[in-house]
Amino acid sequence: MLRQIPFSLLMIFGSSLLLLIAVFSIVVGPMSISLSDSFKGLTPWADELPSHIQLVIHQIRLPRTLLCMSVGAILAISGTVMQGLFRNPLAEPGIIGVSAGAGLGAAIAIVVFSSVAMQYPLLMNIAAVPLFAFLGGALTTLLVYSLGTSKQGTSVAVMLLAGVAIGALSGAGIGYLNFIADDQMLRDLSLWSMGSLAGATWSSIMLATVSLVILLTIFMRNAKGLNALLLGEAEAGHLGINTQKLKRRLILLTAAGVGVTVSISGMIGFIGLIVPHLGRMMTGPDHKVLLPLSAVMGALLLTIADMIARIAVTPAELPVGIVTAIIGAPFFLYLLFKQRGRM
Amino acid sequence: MPLISNLTIKKSAMHCQHLHLKLGGKVILDDINLQIHQGEVTTLLGPNGAGKSSLLKILSDEIKATANTHCEISYFNEPKARWDRGKLAKHVGILPQQSSLTFAFTVREVVELGLLPLSLSRKQANAVVDDTLQKVDVLHLADRLYPLLSGGEKQRVHFARVLTQISQAGDKTILMLDEPTSALDLSHQHNTLSIARTMANQGAAVIIVLHDLNLAAQYSDRVLILNEGKIQADGTPWQALTAPMIEQVYQHKVQVLKHPSADYPVVYAL
Repeated sequence: MLRQIPFSLLMIFGSSLLLLIAVFSIVVGPMSISLSDSFKGLTPWADELPSHIQLVIHQIRLPRTLLCMSVGAILAISGTVMQGLFRNPLAEPGIIGVSAGAGLGAAIAIVVFSSVAMQYPLLMNIAAVPLFAFLGGALTTLLVYSLGTSKQGTSVAVMLLAGVAIGALSGAGIGYLNFIADDQMLRDLSLWSMGSLAGATWSSIMLATVSLVILLTIFMRNAKGLNALLLGEAEAGHLGINTQKLKRRLILLTAAGVGVTVSISGMIGFIGLIVPHLGRMMTGPDHKVLLPLSAVMGALLLTIADMIARIAVTPAELPVGIVTAIIGAPFFLYLLFKQRGRM
Repeated sequence: MPLISNLTIKKSAMHCQHLHLKLGGKVILDDINLQIHQGEVTTLLGPNGAGKSSLLKILSDEIKATANTHCEISYFNEPKARWDRGKLAKHVGILPQQSSLTFAFTVREVVELGLLPLSLSRKQANAVVDDTLQKVDVLHLADRLYPLLSGGEKQRVHFARVLTQISQAGDKTILMLDEPTSALDLSHQHNTLSIARTMANQGAAVIIVLHDLNLAAQYSDRVLILNEGKIQADGTPWQALTAPMIEQVYQHKVQVLKHPSADYPVVYAL
């Protein structure tokens, strides 16, 4: 167990590593930029660099890295909270179908509002699509929660099967939308469904960062309640927690987190599964320390995954969702194997 | 009117009136009227399915009035609805039969969850937690991971958590224990019930669901025997634990004798 390392040390180490990886990630890509140039590009002396390097750093790589960090952090803390809420360490937005539900919502918004998108792209990207993705995610979470959760916690089997069913439904829905879409809609749909972080814009970075700050703040305020919830709903109630209110709040907020990430970068799985697990190994299940640590590690993991996506098949680029799945799916199988007796 | 003089001496910790509970068409509790007094250990006895745990769950507000129950519950003469959730949690501690906790908290962290409704300084909190860990004999396990403990150790850890929760309750303390000894060895059974006994002596209202008639006889001021949703007997151990009553309720032959060195009944199953 790594639980001997103090939390403050973990956070300092994690944040420094994140910073280092962030600078390094600017180096990685089809056009080579040296580490020193990459670092210089982030300082006030950036204008001494050749203009094409400035352009790549400021318009492409830096926004992408920033987006990676925010999206990764949101995915990780949403996964952490969802596992606490479901009282089950296998609950993850991707696995239980919440991402799929959010995906269907996003796809519906893209198709339905396609005419609006031409005139008001910003409104579309930071309002309509995230809102619909949030609605899809929230409905799915409510459904899975009411299906699978009893006094003993959440049944893994029901949760996973609900995920399968919702995944299928969402796939069918998105397929149908592809079928009826006109050329413009189709382009938007396929661009979105690639699940890439390449299309980072300053507006999407703003959306992700603001969401992250809001979510992390509210999650932290409910950290003690979440800890109590791990004891069981009745026990949390006896400790003075308004469990119905807490659950409703957490369901809506995790759905919002998933909705924002899905609308920005498509479905990126497994970050919300792996990170809380590693976090709990390091600090234990106390959400007061687990949440900030998860945020840092989620940012770190997605940034690294995105670097791998960029260099694995150069000059082409893998969707980052494939990289997280390659890392995450075996990890998930391992956890399933460990839980086998308790299904 | 001895009843009235009784009521004026004994302070009410909790009372409920016309308490009914039906689950799936079956009557679980049938018009229970009950007053629980401060400074007493009240034990709920009865065969499996008699409604003991259901009664405790209603008293502890775990089963809501919407679920086919029609009742009024008051804590310290204030109706339940008028209590603030967080404030009530400082005064009422409930130990469940078992917990579904599977996350790898350390023992100390589990007990610290009991600090949630309290507002103590770090130093005070540590002192309280150390004290309760010591009381239920799990201090030596403080840094162990909870999921790796045995059933009896887990039960004691939760007892420590509940004791932490009501450590600042002052003269308004209610402690409800649902089969607190079910997983414990002999010495820890008596340790647990002694703690409950001591708290009652200091003014707490203690309600315990038990199966062991002799433990009930030894530690209770008042014994309630429940059967088929009704209170069949209500009195001191000597009044409630009579051979005819036990035989009627449990359908098992018994003999009741006096303990050789103390003044409480001992029940022998025949």
